[in-house]
Amino acid sequence: MRGMSRIVKTVTNVAFPFIMIYGLYVIAHGHLTPGGGFQGGAIVASGLAMLLVAYGSIWVVGKIKEKHLPVLESVGAIGFIGLAFIGVLLILFYTSYPASFFKNFLIGQDVIPIFNEIGKGLANINTAGVIPLMNFAVGLKVIAGLFAIVLVMAYSTRLKEEK
Amino acid sequence: MIYNIPYIAVVALILIGLYAVIFKRNLIKIVIGITLIESGVNLFLITLAFRKDSVAPIYRGSGSPLMSLPVPHALTLTSIVIGVAVLALMLSLVVHIYRHYGTLDSRKIGGEEE
Amino acid sequence: MSRRNFAAVIFLAIVGVFLVFAALMTHPFGQFNDENNPEMDQYIIDNTQNETGADNGVTAVVFDYRGFDTLGEATVLFTAVAGVILVFRRLKK
Repeated sequence: MRGMSRIVKTVTNVAFPFIMIYGLYVIAHGHLTPGGGFQGGAIVASGLAMLLVAYGSIWVVGKIKEKHLPVLESVGAIGFIGLAFIGVLLILFYTSYPASFFKNFLIGQDVIPIFNEIGKGLANINTAGVIPLMNFAVGLKVIAGLFAIVLVMAYSTRLKEEK
Repeated sequence: MIYNIPYIAVVALILIGLYAVIFKRNLIKIVIGITLIESGVNLFLITLAFRKDSVAPIYRGSGSPLMSLPVPHALTLTSIVIGVAVLALMLSLVVHIYRHYGTLDSRKIGGEEE
Repeated sequence: MSRRNFAAVIFLAIVGVFLVFAALMTHPFGQFNDENNPEMDQYIIDNTQNETGADNGVTAVVFDYRGFDTLGEATVLFTAVAGVILVFRRLKK
């Protein structure tokens, strides 16, 4: 598809960093405010789709190689399943630990000093255990997946006289 | 009976979507009908989660007022993401069919001998 | 009209009657009584801040109490992206 006029490209240049920062804020504060991994990933993917509409799919495919996107998505999926499996693997080290699949192993302990506070109404980022790490993994997966769908569909249906 | 208006809206959405899937010939209109049924089911799930005079299930400070049930909200999130995935696959298959047959009429495709 | 359209109208009428009866006979919107009291959700609302430390009830349910459903959803998203990339593949000669 062909790009759009100069006014549209200038407005996209100004608005694109704000949309990315807002989407990453919604992903990172998923355990305190409404939002989370899926919602923030959809916001960032729609900002990238705005870039695709304004500049044309041929220019965007020249800048972002389309074979790097499934690698990012697989990194997100492996991170999510790895965090779920560590809850089971802890039974090898501490043999009297009530372990299970998807156990929240980072709260209430002092060995690893991040994400381990519990309290009523504390509202800082350092709480809630393994939930912020899962938010980042799922957010990366949703960003790469939705942008890959839109990019492949836009690049493969371009008109004949532009090939 | 006047207190069941959200459920009547759900039934209206599902019946309109079902009419579009059965009686229309264009392939894109059938895909839109499937998306309407999906929206009706999502509305039904979040209608079940409401309690009278309740707020959203987000904690502020200490103490808890009456809150809505959080489990149907989680199920609706999963359902919306699955709806997006199914819509992407259906539209890519429609593009592939158009390239092969040259038409989008559902009564003129298929039926070839091997 | 043709036979296929006649059978389709009969089918749509039967499904419509069932759906309208189901909509009118559910419990009134927003009221809970002894038949459908929310025991499990009341336990989750009371104990989220003690057990997980998160302030968002929906995120705690999605990732901690019901994390297995999120694993299934991530699998469906991965399968959809793989299917879309597969349809638009160009074989290099």
